[in-house]
Amino acid sequence: MSNLTAWERMEIVHNKNRPTVNDYIPAMFTRFMEFHGDRYFGDDAAIIGGIGYLSETPVTVIAQVKGRNLEENKRSNFSMPHPEGYRKALRLAKQAEKFRRPVICLVDTPGAYCGIEAEKRGQGEAIARNLYEFMTLKTPIISIILGEGGSGGALALAVCDELAMLENALYSAISPRGAASILWKDSSKEREACEILKITAEDLTSFGVCDKIIKEPEGGAHNAPEQTADSIYEYLVDAVSRYKSVEITKLLNDRYTKFRKIGMFTE
Amino acid sequence: MASIEDLFKVVKSRFTDDSHSAPASKDVSIPQDLLFKCPRCGGVVYNEEFVRAMKVCPKCNYHARLTWQERLELTADTGSFKEFDAEMRSLNPIGFPRYEDKIAKMQEACDTREAIVTGECTIRGYRCVIGIMDSHFMMASMGSVVGEKITRAFEYAAEKGLPVVMFASSGGARMQEGIISLMQMAKTSGAVKLHSDKGGLYIAVMTDPTTGGVTASFASLGDIVIAEPKVLIGFAGRRVIQDTIRQRLPDDFQSAEFQQDCGFVDMIVERGMMRKRLSNILKLHGFPKETTAR
Repeated sequence: MSNLTAWERMEIVHNKNRPTVNDYIPAMFTRFMEFHGDRYFGDDAAIIGGIGYLSETPVTVIAQVKGRNLEENKRSNFSMPHPEGYRKALRLAKQAEKFRRPVICLVDTPGAYCGIEAEKRGQGEAIARNLYEFMTLKTPIISIILGEGGSGGALALAVCDELAMLENALYSAISPRGAASILWKDSSKEREACEILKITAEDLTSFGVCDKIIKEPEGGAHNAPEQTADSIYEYLVDAVSRYKSVEITKLLNDRYTKFRKIGMFTE
Repeated sequence: MASIEDLFKVVKSRFTDDSHSAPASKDVSIPQDLLFKCPRCGGVVYNEEFVRAMKVCPKCNYHARLTWQERLELTADTGSFKEFDAEMRSLNPIGFPRYEDKIAKMQEACDTREAIVTGECTIRGYRCVIGIMDSHFMMASMGSVVGEKITRAFEYAAEKGLPVVMFASSGGARMQEGIISLMQMAKTSGAVKLHSDKGGLYIAVMTDPTTGGVTASFASLGDIVIAEPKVLIGFAGRRVIQDTIRQRLPDDFQSAEFQQDCGFVDMIVERGMMRKRLSNILKLHGFPKETTAR
């Protein structure tokens, strides 16, 4: 495990050549078919979902889409989903439950979108509903944080049986920039905030939030995208095979307990 | 001598300060409780009149923030409240600088150990589990204690077949607990689901302000969602949205009325009617009346 600071990892995650789900999905899933729309309002390109095979196993894939260039980012809103994105994710998760397919969530977002339309369509409710429904979804859910895990916008796809993170990925309740502006009224102190917030995969493993760290090539995933895709793929094949055979009551009890036990207090 | 504006400033700070500060400190020597300036309409009234009106602005009907003691007094039957987990206190899970000091200060200023009080009570004779968040305590942000208390309250209610009435108000996740605070969103939502799957009734009451991670978890998940008039309800902060879209937002944006129009609030209930409405809902769901109302 390389000994980088949270800030250095953030720079790696923000590298414009860092692979995205547009690279990973074709590399990991065969015959992937994308499904559109939430059935209520529209289709959100910040989250793509669909079905395909992981090795021999049919799976449902739900993924947040970082663009690789400005054009793609405009389309996917820099991976900041609107409520209809989260509702599409829930629709596809329910479909997966019905047909007993494992759900694989690929998380990579600075956060849920903050805007008038997002508020009008209930960003808060959409995220809450996902937390609520994913908690008892009767099929295995594996979530992987690929780059940025931005607060509630990431958590809405990360109520799962097992959470993995790429080695340099970050997962945080608040953006370091946001924290800096609250703490010191100075968003340029992002770097200090980055370390204080304890947001690296290693930190999150110590808190019991992250279950598995997937190694990245030296210097970051962009240095060898295929190799990174292979590592994620191997992890997924293993995780899905471990969870597929778990009896549903046990699966749901364990999932509840995974989140139930997180917290630190005295009484 | 202090000018009349200065008096307003002091009063204003008690009700509009969104930072994590305590209610107006005790060392201010001028008569701070003389006047109330409404943060919504800017109207000024005698504090006495404002308090008599249950802290509702007589000019614009803004339902101002209450302490948990005030809320409990207005909601539960006298003497019926039994608190759960009164001694539970935050630790410092991510080793955040000076978090313990902040908590200690808040505990002294607010006469409570944390940002939520939970327990069991009757409302006009109808038994329920109740939770009251107090925005005076670190903006009622959700950390380990808030998450754990809510989770236990729902688990207890699920086990006993009791309904839950939850008065939400919060600035969102508690930054000082980092990722641990984010996980409380999943944890509390899971507990709401557990209670719901056992047929439990959950009434969420959104009060000023209901925002961020609390809006995006248990507060939005009531079978019935009630809001107080004119309160702030939303996911993202107003300033964050304004900075993103670079235009001024309409004044009623993220108000209770706006949320009702958008379809996320079942009804808006005046403070003076809340007890009656809650008890009527509990009655309609077939819960037995236990005692005579106060």
